[in-house]
Amino acid sequence: MSLLPYIVAVWLFLVGLYGIVTSRNFIHLVMCLAILQSSTYVFLLAVGYRIGAGPPVFANVPVGTPAVDPVVQALLLTDIVVEATVVALLLSFAVQVHRNTATLDPEKVVELEG
Amino acid sequence: MNRRVRRWFFLICACAIFGLFVSAVRQMPTFGHYRGPYGDILNRETVYERHITDVVTAVNFDWRGIDTLGEESILFLSVIGTLVLLRKPSSEVNDSHDENDTADKRKGREIPLPSAATRVATLGLVGPLVVFGLYIVAHGHLTPGGGFQGGVILATAPLLVYLAGDLKSFKRIANHETVQIGEALGLLGFLILGLPGMIRGGAYLRNVLPLGTSGHVFSGGMIAPINVCTGVAVSAGLVAVTYVFLEHTLETRLRGRR
Repeated sequence: MSLLPYIVAVWLFLVGLYGIVTSRNFIHLVMCLAILQSSTYVFLLAVGYRIGAGPPVFANVPVGTPAVDPVVQALLLTDIVVEATVVALLLSFAVQVHRNTATLDPEKVVELEG
Repeated sequence: MNRRVRRWFFLICACAIFGLFVSAVRQMPTFGHYRGPYGDILNRETVYERHITDVVTAVNFDWRGIDTLGEESILFLSVIGTLVLLRKPSSEVNDSHDENDTADKRKGREIPLPSAATRVATLGLVGPLVVFGLYIVAHGHLTPGGGFQGGVILATAPLLVYLAGDLKSFKRIANHETVQIGEALGLLGFLILGLPGMIRGGAYLRNVLPLGTSGHVFSGGMIAPINVCTGVAVSAGLVAVTYVFLEHTLETRLRGRR
């Protein structure tokens, strides 16, 4: 049971990877990459979690109250911001591909160029 | 490699990854029993040493501020990349026609305006959302929030204007020079705020402002100004990206309405 969060993380990773491998559409591919990356959120949060502990915010509770690891949560924030902007950049690549080749299928794009 | 071979190849690799991952994770501390020590040290010392009650913000903007500067540069570069890739010369924008829109018009189907209820609800939410976004930016060192989260909330305000069908106002807000300048100034502000620490003989991004009383808005030293800079950069960047994605549709619809 204690392995469950980690298994969820690797499952998300593999599902996202499967989507990327078999994708027939660049926008679908970018969304799969986002799902793949969300596995890192689950993993990081699972690493820093402590049963019964509160958030690492001491605005209303005294210092010393059990709290989860703030380092992984800060990393997670970085992760989310980078993911959001990279998705925007990749989607603009998809728009560009569609503009130049009139298709969004990765395999057809390869055929056209090869 | 055809699709079938690729799928089998993936399946074998996926099983291998799963097996390796599970065997690696079994060696880790059990879930729910975080052992530390770094998180515990930070949780214990941050309030006393930095007068910041939100430890996550303290980690992001103080303990590892340079990493966050790198992160914001990634955001900045992605926004610039998106703008460069998608922005068309203005002549091309005016010549292009959205095929679906013209096809609709040939059938006599105009794009309907949003209903009055949508307009009232969305435009009524703009003001509260801006205030809420500013609150989240300004209180990042006290409660969960900060420049990134507040910036995203602020960036949704122009999108609500778009949803309300007020396309001209959306264009005026999102295509404004302030948005592009704000994006650059936000990052520049962050960069400059790191310098006073060096000038005073310390490390880059070292705090030089008085720490104040923990739990007050004016506390935590440099965190609040850095958060404001981040908020400006994030909100301006997101508004610029949404505008450039919607530009094409926007131009066609604005033309159709005239």
